[in-house]
Amino acid sequence: MNAYQEFRIIGSRPVRPDGLDKVTGRARYGADLSMQGQLYGHAVRSPHAHAIIQSIDCSKALAMEGVLAVMTGDDLVKPGNEMLGSGEGAMALKDLVPMVMSQGKVLFHSQAVAAVAATSPELAAEAARAVEVTYEVLPAVTNVHKALAPDAPVLHHDRFPDDYPAKPTNLATHISLTVGEPDAAFARADVIVEQTYSVPMCHQGYIEPHACVARVDAAGRVDLWCCTQGHFAARHFTSAATGIDLGKITVTASEIGGGFGGKTTIYLEPLAVVLAQKAGRPVKMVMDRGDVFRATGAAPGAETRVKLGATRDGKLVAADVDCLMDSGAYNGGPAAFPVYMATACYKLTDARSTGRSVYTNKPKIHAYRAPSMPQVTLGFELAITELAAELGIDPIEFRLINAVEEGDANMMGAPYNRIGLRECLEVARNHDHYKSSLTDGVGRGVAMGYWINAGMQSSAILNVSPDGHVAVLTGSPDIGGSRASMALMAAEVLGIPFDHVQPQVVATDSVGHTDVTGGSRTTLATGQAVIQAAEQCVAEMCRRAAIEWGVEPGVVAWSQGAAHHGDQTLTFEELASRAGTMGGPLTFSSSLNSTSAAPAFGVHICDAEVDKETGRTTITRYTAIQDAGKAIHPDYVEGQMQGGAVQGIGWALNEEYLYNEKGVLENPGFLDYRIPVASDLPFIDAVIVEVPNPLHPFGVKGVGEVPIVPPMPAIAEAVYQSTGVRFRDLPLNPPKIVAALTDSRALLPDPQ
Amino acid sequence: MAVQEFLSPTSLSEAQAAFDENAASSWLAGGTDLLVGIRLGARDPARVVDLKQIPELTAIEIDDASVRIGAAASAFDVLQNSAVPTLFPGLAEALDLIGSTQIQGRCSAGGNLCNASPAADSIPALIANAAQCRILGPDGERMLPVEDFVVGPNQNALAPGELLVELLLPRPSGVTSDAYLRLTPRTEMDIAVAGASVSITLDDSRVCTAARVAIGAVAPAALLVEAAGDALVGSQLDQVAIDAAVAAVRAAAKPISDKRGTAEYRTHVVGVLVSRAIARAQARITETRP
Repeated sequence: MNAYQEFRIIGSRPVRPDGLDKVTGRARYGADLSMQGQLYGHAVRSPHAHAIIQSIDCSKALAMEGVLAVMTGDDLVKPGNEMLGSGEGAMALKDLVPMVMSQGKVLFHSQAVAAVAATSPELAAEAARAVEVTYEVLPAVTNVHKALAPDAPVLHHDRFPDDYPAKPTNLATHISLTVGEPDAAFARADVIVEQTYSVPMCHQGYIEPHACVARVDAAGRVDLWCCTQGHFAARHFTSAATGIDLGKITVTASEIGGGFGGKTTIYLEPLAVVLAQKAGRPVKMVMDRGDVFRATGAAPGAETRVKLGATRDGKLVAADVDCLMDSGAYNGGPAAFPVYMATACYKLTDARSTGRSVYTNKPKIHAYRAPSMPQVTLGFELAITELAAELGIDPIEFRLINAVEEGDANMMGAPYNRIGLRECLEVARNHDHYKSSLTDGVGRGVAMGYWINAGMQSSAILNVSPDGHVAVLTGSPDIGGSRASMALMAAEVLGIPFDHVQPQVVATDSVGHTDVTGGSRTTLATGQAVIQAAEQCVAEMCRRAAIEWGVEPGVVAWSQGAAHHGDQTLTFEELASRAGTMGGPLTFSSSLNSTSAAPAFGVHICDAEVDKETGRTTITRYTAIQDAGKAIHPDYVEGQMQGGAVQGIGWALNEEYLYNEKGVLENPGFLDYRIPVASDLPFIDAVIVEVPNPLHPFGVKGVGEVPIVPPMPAIAEAVYQSTGVRFRDLPLNPPKIVAALTDSRALLPDPQ
Repeated sequence: MAVQEFLSPTSLSEAQAAFDENAASSWLAGGTDLLVGIRLGARDPARVVDLKQIPELTAIEIDDASVRIGAAASAFDVLQNSAVPTLFPGLAEALDLIGSTQIQGRCSAGGNLCNASPAADSIPALIANAAQCRILGPDGERMLPVEDFVVGPNQNALAPGELLVELLLPRPSGVTSDAYLRLTPRTEMDIAVAGASVSITLDDSRVCTAARVAIGAVAPAALLVEAAGDALVGSQLDQVAIDAAVAAVRAAAKPISDKRGTAEYRTHVVGVLVSRAIARAQARITETRP
């Protein structure tokens, strides 16, 4: 039972407080801050994907007029085995430090090996070219299978995941989990499907490149401004990499032009801080687009073998999943989530799940919206669809027979609380889209998806000003409209108008610790902190009204933005304006480690038409259905659902990193790394289902990540239905489709 | 090295005087390729000579015999011209596929041609329409067919100090029309994996009396495929003729495999595009002359 059952303004769609500045260009993003006297930092990046640094000579650069500082990996800490961060951004310090700047060995192309600071960006670039680095070039390996071959070049000589301490390999992690007796269960199956599916490494596609400005004061205190999904994490990581005490660093988050998981770590921040320290002047660093592609973490490519067994009546009885993932140069742990969650949508008591991740000479992979779940779900959901087809059962019906509900457990063992998967499937089955008939040549696919969703730590401060307006301060960078959601939640509890609340994202020293905006956790957990702070405010106002009226606090009721007792009323505005004489300033804070997270489920329906001559696929209709628990601001829930679907469409059809044999990325920009443009897309119909989360006062469930989970298998199935050819390796780009549909090789003229 | 000088001459003679071979000069007819090239380090001019302020270079003039498009006239101005998109719907299609609306406000057909990308959208359309280049150099003026202007990837036939002044297209009669189609994975903001342009003329009995077929992004430079045009002439654009034209362009294509597509795919799809472009140009004639 949720604490709040009826809502006054939750669920309405006011204009977001940050919207006007963003659409008129006034909002300040990472590169928009400049400090007086600032220098410009520029990283020297490796031209090789795998090499040993023999020497770095910065003397010519430092001798240039206007060059005030240089640095190398020696200026960062010598890391041990400590782990940093949590959730999607967790990583070992010994991986973080060389990821931001090499300390002797280069493991991916464009890895930073040194940096300079100079009085202009052009001079800094010129000085970076004057840094002399000599390399011993090693063979590069960018393919996971080649990286696992016995003769593969080994990236790390201190890591022995399977065979300690006989021989180091490129296997980064190897995890296996079994529930029940899958082998015995497969023996009971009437139909078994077993296939392998693959999906390429993919970029999050955030539009704003990484950027920061660092300033170090005379006492050694650091002020850092950066574009990040979590400035507390940025502070922690920067402190760990530079060795500067955490308490001496203040981080302010700029507005953020997209992150999708890619900005839950740091790249330029420690470099700017060290250069500012050395130069005694502020240093600004802005990554260019090419380096964003070449040197920051993408989503891992993956190959997943899925074996499923079902009985003739459509009951899924066993699953075996084996997911092989690319970790890039350092350990990003991508294989854990698939192991735990591959089967999470299905009632399965007998299942085995294995995950491996492999080091390759590519940038360390990083989180991208429901990290690793789209990759493994491509395989699992397509196999489910193939199995349903073999059984002659409608794909939604088959999923309804087997979908998890309250009380069922996934492979992690804990039973689900109240979840909305079956409700989403029912909505899909009854939706006009699913019931509509298909025109010739158009195919339809359906898939569903799961994401665990995080709770984690959040804080909020609520300050009431004498005019009755309220400032709500949080530490959650606003990516998807969270300021509007925070204002709605505070206004709901306080009973005041939405536009009397000024939600702000404040610096690390100005609010309690808050974990990253990620894990679909912000509206849930930071929102919970805001609700609690607002409830404290209501309780204090009721207490003051009780004193004013000479009654017990318990008899004062709060409604419609006012304290009431009998026919006496004191409004929020009156209590705010009289605060100075009724007990002092009204300021409240709440911090929590939320245990209210609830998993998210979504079901997507996709229609696609393939031009069989050119191989181009057009998505003709798309519907995304998702359980949001309670939609605080439905526009931004729908926006998340639409955005996730669009990113999934891009990944399914055209997006992929293209590396040459030397490990150099050949498409480091949005021209040849093809995310969809608006004209490529149909309107994405978003249907919000609300099955309230019983653990959250408003019923909220996280919504931001799961929408990217179902698209790839839904689209791949639609393409199959359109063409009659089963594609199991993405992306489904025009050359791949034509190659499968026609014998195009025969069209080439003779070589002579 | 960065750009040291930016000159904006207002006449052709000033432009010629401003171009200094020793100062590593670059013409700027829009800059949508030049500026990107400078940013990527592929181009490093010390002097940039802007051509946009020279009236003759941005003019679009039409008379009974010909259409003249100034080499620096923006794609937007060509597309907004009262006559050009009607006379050359295929050329308009090509210009309208370059970049975005903002890019089209700067970029020019002349600049697209001089940049000489194998994948340029406007070049096949100019070739199909038998466009000629008017070139002004230190020793006077010369004319060159567009199909001979591009000599290799990003290499054109201009000698140092020579300037492309305008593109001269024969004015088509009412029984001639054109079409340009390209294949890109995305609908826009993309670069052709293959492109095809066709200009055809039909007589009263719907027999094709003239045809020019040009293909792009399937060879080091856009190609005029005379055999494809020849296959159409004398036919009523029946399937046999179209198949022969398709076979001719596939035989003429010499594509590479790269990040944008395989050679096999390009060879295949350029044939598909030619076939569809023929049908589109034909429809444009028959729609206006039922």
